[in-house]
Amino acid sequence: MNIFWKRFKQNRLATAGGVMVLLLFIVAAFAPLISPFDPNEIDRNSILEPPSEVHILGTDDLGRDVFSRMIFGSWISLAVGFVAVGIATFIGIIFGALSGYYGGWTDRIIMRFVDIMLSIPTLFLILAVIAFIGPSIWNIMIIIGLTSWMGVARLVRAEFLSLKEREFILAAKAMGAGDMRIIFSHIMPNSMSPVFISAVLGVAAAILLESALSFLGLGIQPPTPSWGNILTLGKDNIEIAWWLSVFPGLAILFTVLAYNLVGEGLRDALDPRLWQRGR
Amino acid sequence: MIQSLLSVEDLSISFASEIKSLNTVNEVSFKAADQDFLGIVGESGCGKTLTALAIMKLLPSNAISSGRILFEGKDILAYKDKDLQKIRGSKISMIFQEPMTSLNPVFTVGNQIAEVLITHQSMSAKEAINKTIELLKVVQIPSPELRVNDYPHQMSGGMRQRVMIAMAVACKPSLLIADEPTTALDVTIQAQILELLGSLQERNRMSLLFITHDLGIVAEYASRVMVMYAGRIVEKSPVQDMFINPRHPYTIGLLESLPGKKGAKLKPIPGQVPNTESLPSGCKFRTRCRYVIEECHLKEPSLKPAGNSEHLSRCIRAMEL
Repeated sequence: MNIFWKRFKQNRLATAGGVMVLLLFIVAAFAPLISPFDPNEIDRNSILEPPSEVHILGTDDLGRDVFSRMIFGSWISLAVGFVAVGIATFIGIIFGALSGYYGGWTDRIIMRFVDIMLSIPTLFLILAVIAFIGPSIWNIMIIIGLTSWMGVARLVRAEFLSLKEREFILAAKAMGAGDMRIIFSHIMPNSMSPVFISAVLGVAAAILLESALSFLGLGIQPPTPSWGNILTLGKDNIEIAWWLSVFPGLAILFTVLAYNLVGEGLRDALDPRLWQRGR
Repeated sequence: MIQSLLSVEDLSISFASEIKSLNTVNEVSFKAADQDFLGIVGESGCGKTLTALAIMKLLPSNAISSGRILFEGKDILAYKDKDLQKIRGSKISMIFQEPMTSLNPVFTVGNQIAEVLITHQSMSAKEAINKTIELLKVVQIPSPELRVNDYPHQMSGGMRQRVMIAMAVACKPSLLIADEPTTALDVTIQAQILELLGSLQERNRMSLLFITHDLGIVAEYASRVMVMYAGRIVEKSPVQDMFINPRHPYTIGLLESLPGKKGAKLKPIPGQVPNTESLPSGCKFRTRCRYVIEECHLKEPSLKPAGNSEHLSRCIRAMEL
């Protein structure tokens, strides 16, 4: 653990990513304290005002403070990112574990199902499903989760395939451990580091997907603020109010970059093969 | 006759490949009584480990086994998984060759030993940890109260093998299978581990099935020996008898290749173990045997008494040797 922490800190980009993620957490957690205005407060006297001392990131077409809306939007992004990835990781681990451990027909059926899921363009599938069940933050989280577990399943399967042949698994069987015990308490803890990395990278992907959906109007519904739906307003007013497009766009960029940096830092730090190379 | 603890009858193991099936173990039969110390000797790839795994019913899924393995009178090959799990670790245990890879790297050794106790003896976690410390003391690990919290990578090979032994004997099994438990260790550690296994066998009154390629170990500890070659038992006898009067050319070759008097040259057995896919006709050892005659090519000899009823050999010239 210590070596890992040391390696992670040596990687400046990863540390920067970590600080950025931390910052996003703080902003989301203390949103009501930080934001200068109520994000949904309509002010007819200040419609589409450019950034100024009062409204540091300007206002939108209803006179709402963009800075405040973005701060509340960060909470939405975070929640969607983590819940969706949580669901995806859970499903992926279960399917991957069953597939890798039992092999044979179980494996073939699950892996073909994964192939089918991967062959469907995710965004269109989500759009179609959302059109049926209606957009809400919970639906978005669940749908993103249900459509992004395949990578995790493949990772876990690969880990299980190699781990189940290891001698300590045979030894555990010789000591009388049953299948469930072997899967959950012997193999799983040994296969978690790549899953952990892919989960962190997955958060970035989920946030991006949520923003895309909200931008298309099938994600988080106004008036609840989300970076995606602020962007939509930006698109409508792009000729007169550049700040509506630029700042939420930068926020998305910042967040996705942060998670990707942390994810790659983790991968480097957790991979013992990279430890050999002097740095 | 008294029912023996373990009785293996005509055990054959083959692997089905796409072209043909490979017979890796062929009609192996033996018995182990209570508190027996049975040595199985042979070169790599002669089927020793497969035989041991078959007794635990832990063969790879593509292996096909036939014959019967009676443990306490019941056929293990007919057991259901649930019942097998109850027996493994509590009545039959196994120690593996590689202590470096036989322990789960993400749990402390204490955890792993305690797990066996919790599974089989439904102990509470606290009782199990206390018992674990006791077990570590039995296998002579210094300051067990501290070592119980160590991870496998913090221990040396010898220590890990002691942990494996502690785990294997935790529930006082009546049969312990040791698959080359000392091969991966230093010679000095080897002796300690053997000493430990010997004393545990006496103390727990268990039967020990000791797989090795080292005849020296067998001579010192075992009461009976079985020599295997190419998946077959070629000689089976009480230990002294085998060392004084070996009745199979392969055994003779193994004895001659042991380091003996100082300065004396070792006499290796010429050639290599034949590939399972292309075993010779007749006697499987004939390609490397210096006593080979015309008849050896024709028919594989059966395992027959040679000298006395306890001493069996699979050689047509057994009595001339």
